[in-house]
Amino acid sequence: MWSWVAHRITGVAVFFFLFVHVLDTALVRVSPDAYDRVIATYKTPLVNFLEVGLVGAVLYHALNGIRLILVDFWSKGPKYQRAMLWVIVLLWFVVMVPGIYFMTKHTFEQLFGTAP
Amino acid sequence: MSNTQDPSALLNQRSSRSGRTNYELYSWLFMRISGIILVFLVLGHLFIMNILDGGVQRINFGFVAGRWSSPFWQVWDLLQLWLAMLHGGNGLRTIINDYAERDSTRLWLKGILYTTVVFIILLGTLVIFTFDPNLS
Repeated sequence: MWSWVAHRITGVAVFFFLFVHVLDTALVRVSPDAYDRVIATYKTPLVNFLEVGLVGAVLYHALNGIRLILVDFWSKGPKYQRAMLWVIVLLWFVVMVPGIYFMTKHTFEQLFGTAP
Repeated sequence: MSNTQDPSALLNQRSSRSGRTNYELYSWLFMRISGIILVFLVLGHLFIMNILDGGVQRINFGFVAGRWSSPFWQVWDLLQLWLAMLHGGNGLRTIINDYAERDSTRLWLKGILYTTVVFIILLGTLVIFTFDPNLS
């Protein structure tokens, strides 16, 4: 139940980001300067942390999506659906811990003068 | 549970709701096929853009120009754009159908959704195909 709620919430969030992201990328047709200025906001500490949230949302949606496919098409999928949920939660952490480190490294250096 | 997740519920519903087309079945299948492709395209994109080689800090107009000089990344981004917008648009359509109870509300929300999806797909496609690295 909650895995399904989270799948919907992350899906909607990612869709809205995608809408904004195509618009900001479209600025490459306006001028290099316009594009560079909007991309500069992606490099600020606040938006950098939002990017971590985006990556976390996409990763959950992707892993849970694979789980849904296995539940639908793998004969033993429904039997192992709960076990697979714990597997994807574990995988999420395994990918996110180093992911967060590399994604926020520059921001920590900028804020505190040193990486954690 | 969502009616896109359970094909048997979908088959029972089909006769009463959408007549004789298999639209919802194809929609359910499309979500799974596009989903598998998007796992590779989008996670690859996020890894390259946010983690690899300095992440987002190295992105600027010159970086985009370098990437789109290669047909490989043009095709990657084009496929990603189309599949993600159609996958996300179809997901939002399901959510609108589930939660918007009044007919007129559903109609309006879906009208806005479809307009947005078509606009973003066309805009993104235009940008990829007409990109000019020498623009100043």
